[in-house]
Amino acid sequence: MENWSWMLDESASSVGPQIDRLYYIILVITGIVFVATEVTLLYFLFKYRHREGHKAEYIHGNTKAEIIWTAIPALIVLAIALMSRGLWAEIKDPANVPADAMRVMLEAKQFEWNLTYPGPDGELRTGDDFTVRNRLDIPLDRPTVLEMTSVDVIHSFFVPDFRLKQDIVPGMAMQMWFQPTRAGVFPIGCAELCGIGHTRMRGTLTVHSPADYQAWVNEQVQGAASAAEPAAPAPATQAQ
Amino acid sequence: MATHAATAEGHATGAGHDEHHKLSFIRTYIFSTDHKMIAKQFLLASLLFLLIGGILAGLVRWQLGFPGQPIPFIGSMFSDTTAPGGIILPEFYNSLVTMHATFMIFFAIMPLLVGVWGNFLIPLQIGAPDMAFPRLNTASFWISVPAGILMLASFFVEGGAAGAGWTSYAPLSANPEYSGVHMGQVLWLVSLIILGFSSLTGAVNYITTIINMRAPGMTWFRMPLPTWSLFVTSWLLLLAIPILTGGLIMLLFDQTIGTGFFNPATDGEPLLWQHIFWYFGHPEVYILILPAMGLVSEVISNRARKPIFGYHAMVLAIISIAFLGWVVWGHHMFQSGMNPLLGTSFMISTIIIAVPSAIKVFNWLGTLWKGDIHFDVPMLHALAFVAMFIIGGLSGIFMASAPVDIPIHDTYFIVAHIHYVLFGGSLFGIFAGITFWFPKMFGRMMSPKLGKIHFWVTIFAYNAVFFPMHNLGLRNHMRRIYDPNSYEYLQPLQGLNTFISIAAFILIAGQMIFAFSFFYSMFFGEKAEQNPWKSNTLEWTAAGHPPGHGNFPGGTPHVYRGPYEYSSPESNEDFLPQGVPPEPVRRGAVPREPGFLPTGD
Repeated sequence: MENWSWMLDESASSVGPQIDRLYYIILVITGIVFVATEVTLLYFLFKYRHREGHKAEYIHGNTKAEIIWTAIPALIVLAIALMSRGLWAEIKDPANVPADAMRVMLEAKQFEWNLTYPGPDGELRTGDDFTVRNRLDIPLDRPTVLEMTSVDVIHSFFVPDFRLKQDIVPGMAMQMWFQPTRAGVFPIGCAELCGIGHTRMRGTLTVHSPADYQAWVNEQVQGAASAAEPAAPAPATQAQ
Repeated sequence: MATHAATAEGHATGAGHDEHHKLSFIRTYIFSTDHKMIAKQFLLASLLFLLIGGILAGLVRWQLGFPGQPIPFIGSMFSDTTAPGGIILPEFYNSLVTMHATFMIFFAIMPLLVGVWGNFLIPLQIGAPDMAFPRLNTASFWISVPAGILMLASFFVEGGAAGAGWTSYAPLSANPEYSGVHMGQVLWLVSLIILGFSSLTGAVNYITTIINMRAPGMTWFRMPLPTWSLFVTSWLLLLAIPILTGGLIMLLFDQTIGTGFFNPATDGEPLLWQHIFWYFGHPEVYILILPAMGLVSEVISNRARKPIFGYHAMVLAIISIAFLGWVVWGHHMFQSGMNPLLGTSFMISTIIIAVPSAIKVFNWLGTLWKGDIHFDVPMLHALAFVAMFIIGGLSGIFMASAPVDIPIHDTYFIVAHIHYVLFGGSLFGIFAGITFWFPKMFGRMMSPKLGKIHFWVTIFAYNAVFFPMHNLGLRNHMRRIYDPNSYEYLQPLQGLNTFISIAAFILIAGQMIFAFSFFYSMFFGEKAEQNPWKSNTLEWTAAGHPPGHGNFPGGTPHVYRGPYEYSSPESNEDFLPQGVPPEPVRRGAVPREPGFLPTGD
């Protein structure tokens, strides 16, 4: 029965709890409105059902009621909009991208995600970069910025556990940042119909402890050095 | 307010009709200029497309409920490029998803609301002999026929039908290298370009007719709400369709003659397509719901035997929904990569549109309050509209909040929302309309027994299909994926997907009850009285039964009051038609207080 739940699974990124909180606020508000209106509807249908000899009351409306039920929903939805505004800016405003983040390049194409990492020097676009297909591996202790491009159609990078989703439009350089809050392995999906192979455009996001992450980088660099010429970006080395 | 209505004579000359001359079969049933016949043509054609759209949905649900298994019974009919051995291929699945939405939106719901009721109701409800431009009206229907044929034909061309989604996001839709579909996409584009002219000619006709041809006394605020909503919808069509057509032509050029409007390699801009598409696409959502709101308002007021609560507020809500509908398109693009500051402004405008929608719901509840509610089949559908529209409206608030939209965007939560609005809203509104006006259209009643069975099967199966889709979305089930099980985390949802699919098959099968009842009643139904619902509006009380060519045999009616004077103390019955002259003094009648003057004066 958990498939029928309106609860969200536990999130794994810094913005996750805030998005979830807003979701639950909206769930409660809409839940109350839903029950109140549907119960009122059913009650009226029962109470004012047709009975012989009974006539409806001749009422055209009530200005006071119109004002009340215009003003109250307006206030509620404006409150939701205001609550959403700050969080939206925090997540999406380029000014809020953390300066100390690790930068990873993501190139989307039909039907794979190619991720290029800074090598041991910590800098992208240098000779020691390495590229991995369909795997995003990041350390737990610092934020990551994805520099995203697409070479063909629009794809959408979706990490459900991180409450992350960003379309990647060809011809546009896009970026997205996130800060993981726990180690683990999380699915990556493509959320925008991108062609015949859309359904298999998957990947995994692995959050490592800092030490494990370093070990993983070293492993990849050695693999890349034995497989490819030093010029960056190196070809994909690891198929899933 | 002054009455601008023209007399019947002034306009009947343009209608090309002649009372003494019997029209040939072709002029009566095929190239008719009679708005009522054109409405019936739209009705039959769009019900056919509703069936086709439903079958496509059934195939989509087969793949999701029983992935990789051969389609039963009809599986062997499919070609090797679509479903070899009855097993649906991914490219065919993409076409099914795309064409289901395309047929439902453009060829079923839109003509069922605008083509059918715009044609049938507008002249009859305002007391006009026909449309302002009857021959343009004929053209409006016949332009839509080749559009439908081309769209159907696209299934049979090389590469199959369009598979880039009904939204046809470029560059996937612009370049056959990416989608594997060329001719299918071209036909999709050409078909919709042609169909746009059908909508435009219709819209021009409806607007002109309503402005110029209202009967004496039919002031703006005495117009029935279906006519009001169709008037506002026509403006949306008039302003939105050319935007879409422009975008479609650009995409067609990208696809065929090598332009690069949406191709980044030639400095084109893929997001431009989305802006054009949704600048049309969001008003389109209101094109698909406003007429249904009008139909439902009429049925609820009539079957509750009570004036519509807050008539002026209802009209203002229709107008403000239509107006706000122009400034919210960006909420479809929160995750598209457009400037996040734009996201903020679109979020605020979007969330404000909840207010007029809420006003409408409260006014429907207010109409039921202290009413005398008759649960006839049209009323059941109208009440279902209200109950389901509440769900569809509330679920919209989740994605209107841009941060909450991040996880649910492009998931089944969105699929649930759109179907609560388009099926729970529009289609129940259409069923309410068809069952209510059927006696006026065909002179016979639809079977109440079959109607009730159809209603209860539909409402239960419908909720079993679409309500759990919210839950799928919250478990991060993406839309438009061919095989959810390819994601390990979606595998536990297979049982729910199978449940939804079985409910969907019951829902589709249940519609056959309606189809049977529709055609059976047309020929063998109980003969209807002149005014079976004891309605106030002109189509029931002044027009012939069923109305002949020219509509008002007794001459142009005169209108004395608003359309919803039910249970008025002025009358001994519980209705008071718009065309009945007021009696100066009536013995025993309660004098009216000034505050209760009929609306609109």
